[in-house]
Amino acid sequence: MIELEHVQREFHVGDQTVHALADINLRIESGEYVSIMGPSGSGKSSLLNILGLLDRPNSGRYLLDGRDVVSLSDEELAGTRRTRIGFVFQSFHLVPRLTAFENIELPMMLAGIEPAERKCRVEEILQATGLMDRAHHRPEQLSGGQRQRVATARATIMQPSVLLADEPTGNLDRASGREIVETLEALNAKGITLVVVTHDPELGGRARRQLRMVDGRMASDTRNGAAQ
Amino acid sequence: MRAADVLRFATGALRGHTLRTALMLAAMSVGVAAVMLLTSLGEGARRYVTGEFASLGTNLLIILPGRSETAGGGGPAMFLGQTPRDLTLDDALAVSRQPFVRRVAPLVVGSSEVSRGSRSREVPVLGTSADMLEVRHWTMAQGSFLPPSDFTLASSVCVLGAKLRDELFGSDPAIGELVRIGDRRFRVVGVLASEGSSFGMDSGESVLVPVASAQMLFNTPGLFRLLVEARSRESIPLVQKSTLALLAERHQGEKDVTVIAQDAILATFDKIFNALTLTVAGIAAISLAVAGILIMNVMLVAVAQRTAEIGLLKAIGATERQVRQVFLAEAALLSAAGSAVGVGVGWGADMIIKSLYPSVPFGAPAWAIFAAVGVALGAGLLFSVLPARRAAKLDPVAALAKR
Repeated sequence: MIELEHVQREFHVGDQTVHALADINLRIESGEYVSIMGPSGSGKSSLLNILGLLDRPNSGRYLLDGRDVVSLSDEELAGTRRTRIGFVFQSFHLVPRLTAFENIELPMMLAGIEPAERKCRVEEILQATGLMDRAHHRPEQLSGGQRQRVATARATIMQPSVLLADEPTGNLDRASGREIVETLEALNAKGITLVVVTHDPELGGRARRQLRMVDGRMASDTRNGAAQ
Repeated sequence: MRAADVLRFATGALRGHTLRTALMLAAMSVGVAAVMLLTSLGEGARRYVTGEFASLGTNLLIILPGRSETAGGGGPAMFLGQTPRDLTLDDALAVSRQPFVRRVAPLVVGSSEVSRGSRSREVPVLGTSADMLEVRHWTMAQGSFLPPSDFTLASSVCVLGAKLRDELFGSDPAIGELVRIGDRRFRVVGVLASEGSSFGMDSGESVLVPVASAQMLFNTPGLFRLLVEARSRESIPLVQKSTLALLAERHQGEKDVTVIAQDAILATFDKIFNALTLTVAGIAAISLAVAGILIMNVMLVAVAQRTAEIGLLKAIGATERQVRQVFLAEAALLSAAGSAVGVGVGWGADMIIKSLYPSVPFGAPAWAIFAAVGVALGAGLLFSVLPARRAAKLDPVAALAKR
């Protein structure tokens, strides 16, 4: 469960202060499927960075699963990111010199999990996503859709409670994009909280709950039909 | 993060940039090899020189006529241009009777023509006594050395150096034959085993005659040198003192000889060459520091190039410490591999030099190898602290935004 209270984030550009986030209040229950939409510069990426603990708000409270995470140390923040949060990026962010297998393995390596168990878990997820025959290919040998599937596998290998996706289909053709969206939604169906940031109204419209941001504020918060 | 994983990840990163890694390895290994090679040269020169001195004999005191010090006491004799009093055979006898003196070998040196039949050579003639064989640790190839006798007996026997023997006699037997030295004839009683040279004086090219005979040949009452072997290392200063006193007494109170303890010369040379070796090693170590700076540079570039990767690592849960570890591990691997290659190259170069100059005992001392590798690892790690810290402190948001 995610709770934001009066969250503010400002940046100083020259002598101007830009309010990327101005007084955001937001509550996302476990297992929700939320899309965040809005024009460029509306603060949706800033919000996602704060949700993902990559950035800290200037003021306000952020409770993740009931725990205040604003004042955590670097070590604790990294640990929380590792175990509770998964990221899916528009540009995949796979490490180019590592194979698909190794990329997926990376979070478990950072967590210090035994190699034998890592192998077992990676193979399991490769099997489930149909990438088994691509396991030892490098990202450059994979198609865009395959790369994003590898990235999604990496994001979920630690079984996080929250999956944050930043334009996950932005660099993909329609067919691959559709496939990724279905993968993400399938994960959500299994109980993971899914937050998708996107420009694409079609993708955003699929979420049961849709947030609209304008100028660092929450402009609207609508829920699809029965989900309300 | 497990140590094995850190190393594996770092190795992967290094392998991903082959050219850069190769260049850094080259820089590191050149530094290490330079330290090894230069200390090897310095150490070789030191061992060569001390070896040469040691080959002069052990516990040796060398007495030469005249004072080496010019300070005071010169008296009017100096201004009158008088030569110092000669060192005579009687002096040698007196010195040999002192306690703690094991052997005394007088030395008269001159140059003369040595001939046998139609063959003749202009060679150094050394006038000395039977004890010279022991004092200088020479060995005989054939026959016997100069017969032991009173210094003053001018018998007509001689001992040839190995090379001279070959030149005069070829394949003919030499022992018992006569050779002409200057205007006198000498019977060959022995041939020295070839020893190589010491200080340019090749015993193989000289002829040895009894000291009194040499004095007659060259018409000189004085000795060129008097070699005194003390009974033990501890008695060297004692002998040095008593010899000086004795000779001063015999020369009407005039301290007109110089006594050099071979140990003292040896120690001096040892000191000089050690200082020299350390100096060149220090200069070579600068190249290691330069290699360290190079590593810093390259690591900084690596951090800049891999900003997105660092951002990703942070996003998927790497702590600052883990990022730092990965970069430090890369630097450590580079330095270690560079050192290993450097030691190999240095060793190879050493072998080549050794085969080119087999007479000089080249070889980098163990301390130099350890120091070189230590400095290489230290510089590599030290200079990568800053880049690693920079990587660890990267803001993940900005890092991820960079493509």
